[in-house]
Amino acid sequence: MDANTLAWTILMLPLFVAAGILLGLKRWSGLSSILATGSALLTLVLSFMLSGIAKGDAEVVSFPWLQVSESFSLTIGMTIDPLSQGMMIIVTGIGFLVHLFSLGYMKDDAGKSRYFAGLSIFMFSMTGIVLADNFAMMFIFWELVGVSSYILIGHWYQKDSAADAAKKAFLTNRIGDFGFMIGILLVWVLTGSIYFKEIAEAVGGVTNATMLNIAVICVFCGAIGKSAQVPLHVWLPDAMEGPTPVSALIHAATMVAAGVFMLARVAFLIGAAEMAATVILWTGAITALVAALMALQQNDIKRVLAYSTLSQLGYMVMAQGITPSGDLAGGSEAGMFHLYTHAFFKALLFLGAGAVIYACHHQQDMWKMGGLRKKMPITFWTFAIGTAALIAVPFTSGFFSKEGILHAAHQHHHTGPWIIGLIVALLTPFYMTRLFIVAFLGKARTDDASHAKEVPALMFVPLLLLAFLAIASAYGPIAHLLKAPAEAHFAAPDITAILSVLALIIGVGLAVFLYRGKERDPVNIPLFANKFYIDEIYGGIVATFQDGVAKVLDIFDRYVLDPLLVRFPAIGAITSGSFLRLFQSGNLQAYGFFFGIAVVLLILLLIF
Amino acid sequence: MTILEIIVLLPILAAVVIALGSPARITALLASGLAAAATFVTALRFNLNAEGGFQETSSHPLLSIEGFPDLSLSFGIDGISLVLMILTVLVLVAAIWAAPAENSIKGSARIYYASCLLIGGGALGAFCSTDLFFLYAFHELALIPTFLMIGLFGTGENRVRTAWTITIYLGIGSIILLIGLIMAVVHLGGNTFNIADLVATANSSDNAIAPEMQNWIYLILIVGFGILVSLFPFHSWAPPAYAQAPTPVSMLHAGVLKKFGLYGIIRIAQPLAPQGAETMLNLVLVLLLGNILYIGLVTIAQKNLNRMLGYSSVMHMGYVFLGVVSGTAIGMNGAVLLMFAHGISIALLFALTGSLKSRYGTLEISELGGIAKSLPGLGLLFGFAAFAAAGLPGFANFAAEILIFFGAFQKFDGNIGWLQWTTILALWGVVISAVYMLRAYRNVFKGPENLALPTVAKMGWQEKAPILLLLVSLMAVGFVPELLVKYLRPAVDAMNLFVGK
Repeated sequence: MDANTLAWTILMLPLFVAAGILLGLKRWSGLSSILATGSALLTLVLSFMLSGIAKGDAEVVSFPWLQVSESFSLTIGMTIDPLSQGMMIIVTGIGFLVHLFSLGYMKDDAGKSRYFAGLSIFMFSMTGIVLADNFAMMFIFWELVGVSSYILIGHWYQKDSAADAAKKAFLTNRIGDFGFMIGILLVWVLTGSIYFKEIAEAVGGVTNATMLNIAVICVFCGAIGKSAQVPLHVWLPDAMEGPTPVSALIHAATMVAAGVFMLARVAFLIGAAEMAATVILWTGAITALVAALMALQQNDIKRVLAYSTLSQLGYMVMAQGITPSGDLAGGSEAGMFHLYTHAFFKALLFLGAGAVIYACHHQQDMWKMGGLRKKMPITFWTFAIGTAALIAVPFTSGFFSKEGILHAAHQHHHTGPWIIGLIVALLTPFYMTRLFIVAFLGKARTDDASHAKEVPALMFVPLLLLAFLAIASAYGPIAHLLKAPAEAHFAAPDITAILSVLALIIGVGLAVFLYRGKERDPVNIPLFANKFYIDEIYGGIVATFQDGVAKVLDIFDRYVLDPLLVRFPAIGAITSGSFLRLFQSGNLQAYGFFFGIAVVLLILLLIF
Repeated sequence: MTILEIIVLLPILAAVVIALGSPARITALLASGLAAAATFVTALRFNLNAEGGFQETSSHPLLSIEGFPDLSLSFGIDGISLVLMILTVLVLVAAIWAAPAENSIKGSARIYYASCLLIGGGALGAFCSTDLFFLYAFHELALIPTFLMIGLFGTGENRVRTAWTITIYLGIGSIILLIGLIMAVVHLGGNTFNIADLVATANSSDNAIAPEMQNWIYLILIVGFGILVSLFPFHSWAPPAYAQAPTPVSMLHAGVLKKFGLYGIIRIAQPLAPQGAETMLNLVLVLLLGNILYIGLVTIAQKNLNRMLGYSSVMHMGYVFLGVVSGTAIGMNGAVLLMFAHGISIALLFALTGSLKSRYGTLEISELGGIAKSLPGLGLLFGFAAFAAAGLPGFANFAAEILIFFGAFQKFDGNIGWLQWTTILALWGVVISAVYMLRAYRNVFKGPENLALPTVAKMGWQEKAPILLLLVSLMAVGFVPELLVKYLRPAVDAMNLFVGK
């Protein structure tokens, strides 16, 4: 197959599946789920074929979606380059494994068809972001990803918490997209194009540096929303209300990485906007730190993972803010490399958490688990591997990719972010070791935990595959297959490597010391446990500045504007008499009727 | 008779036939269906290669008196009128389909159905009239049955007062409008009502209206048309009217008839007083922001679903205004596309709330809750409609809004000017509309079921049909906007868009 057929098939197949399920197949939930999983497998195979396409053959016919004139048209077109080829394998690969896992996890769910249709819509939308060759198309699929996330977070819509979380996720993302759209418009007027290729050529000629910086910061707002960076991070932990496979696919591996992917796609813009790059760098660093601090005190197993996702996304975003200077490459590729490895080990951790939750009858509080090592050996060992990769144990994939980012920060003399990165490298092992000890080791602390059994093969096979990738994805052959922009390299350890191994040892050691054999949390830091009270602060802002103002304006509208500009003139007209005479019969109905008849007769008379 | 005359006459004649005793529902469905079919035939016949100008023209001279403008009943369409006619017939068919069965109407079913048809016929007539006098008269023809319907078949204790308020208020709007139109005609020589001739005169260098006078005329027309479109601050008649009107009337008025005011600004106010439009640009920008931000926030505070939809419909008029005054082809295409998209989506939403109201007897958001469990189909459809209204890709609303934003930004000259600032603030409105739509959706449909609610019947196909008709239209245009933009493009290119800043 040529590039054109491949790209279009990968994009459209999931959409057709979703449409098919929604339009008729939904009553056969088994068929729906098999169909969706099959299509995910097929797109994975096609993505492998797509990654074999050399740059010269990557001609794709674009579709003029909305054309106003010769010079202005919004098109659906594809970029096929190593960045999108690698990302497609991540998306469809993890997508397929999550479909597979869901066949088990959602086996008896009443809304199974709806769930799989939602997954398919997600695959469609995510593919669109990855393949987009212009900002307008990216924005379209960006929004669609938001909807699929809304649908899937709110899958159990009768739970208040799920319904609220879905809404919160969508609205928070909308705030980011507000900036994103302004950014797209500004880039368009500054460079005269919405196509990445043309923007890259034109950006050097933009003389209005201030405006360009503003434009790039606005574009970055989109990433702040989607990749849940501070200050728009609040939706991601709540998004854990969705079924756990969804958390793995969307809220860990792919969708939340879309922001990072987008920044990598427009790396040339960031490179041309120095101030914006600094904003990106620091936003990422601050997110990495703040989220890691919040993770220290969470008790819900999925929430710990969610905050850790935030923190790791902070690393990746930070890397995007490291721009090339002189001969030194920027951090963009290192960031994408971390995105790839993180996708595998974080999907693994989430699916592992899902297996635990499934086995413990939907218990998510890790203090009510414990003693799972013997009962769920496969889950235990794969989770251990995932944890090792996340806390960057040397020679796991996570070690190499995180090293790349910190190394780049050090090389470019971004000392502040570099130090923050090292602190996070200490916090991460601490909270992950805490989670691991409390949830898996020691004795079972509740009945749910003591009756846990290993999950069925449909669920543990994805775990095994992901565990393999969590180690191996950084190494030559697999990294090449993924078109990873970087790979494991063994050099003499530099200061960054030494310090981060040291951080790892201290983090793990401290956690073992504090948490081994404990029945409840010996540490209590309310500030971290309550996430710096940011949700409460936002709640207050929304209640006063949005709902409060809305209420005041509503009263104003009802009792001031309406009487003044509508009711008073209307009454005035009646009492002044001129209208009253018009409606002399006093009967609206009669008046209307006579007028209608008169007009009809007039028209009839005129035509014939 | 030309095909346009047939389209306009069909619903009006059917109304008369119903008044004379023909079975109401079947006659109304038949007539609106035929009008729709004829409109689609017109669309297929439409010559896309003609460079603007009216097609399918016909003219019947009526009055030719010395010293008074020549009057003739003339019809003709360009791409803009065609798109609005397609909107009208789609909503008309859906509204009549969604109307209750004859025996369940309290009062005269004949008046009910005949009024709906007159609203549709009047709107169709207004959109394809090429004579200013009849453009105005057809709109009035459509307005009167609207008042009647609210007074006779509306709900709520205040319905008669509401009916009177909007009758008088829109009456005032119409009179202001009439004054503005007469001024324009007089200052353009006072010898014709033919819109094309008037526009040609207004754009000629010798005979255009004097700039000072253009400002006045444009201002008067903006107020007159503005009242009809519910431009801020002349908007507060609309939400109570929609909340109390019977479902088909809310659908027809919010969906179709309100677009008349916008159509008038595009077709008449801007072309006849282009310099006035330019001078008044900043004023209009402020007012449209009133629609988007002020009313957007007021919408958030609403506790009744239909009132909320009423305010949201008022809010979205701001975006159409933004496209209209952007002074760019991109923005103007977007504006007309949004008139279509908004018309369909608001009619869709009112049809859905109509279904809710007939089941639960209330649309107070606090009294509902978690009803997606009992009504999964309705919940899904409402979800689609809510996302459409919130401007999500896949629906025509998104295609229209993104064009408007691009259009309003196009004239960026290195600094963020009035138009660009307005666009940025208007973009915040996109967040606001997501807030109220998703909140309402969540509070009405999601969460645990409110056990105080009665058990209700699921939706049948008969009830779903008009809703699906609207939804499919909205998504078809959303996926392939070209379906309509191909008509709009040449019409907009032929317009002399005023030079905005």
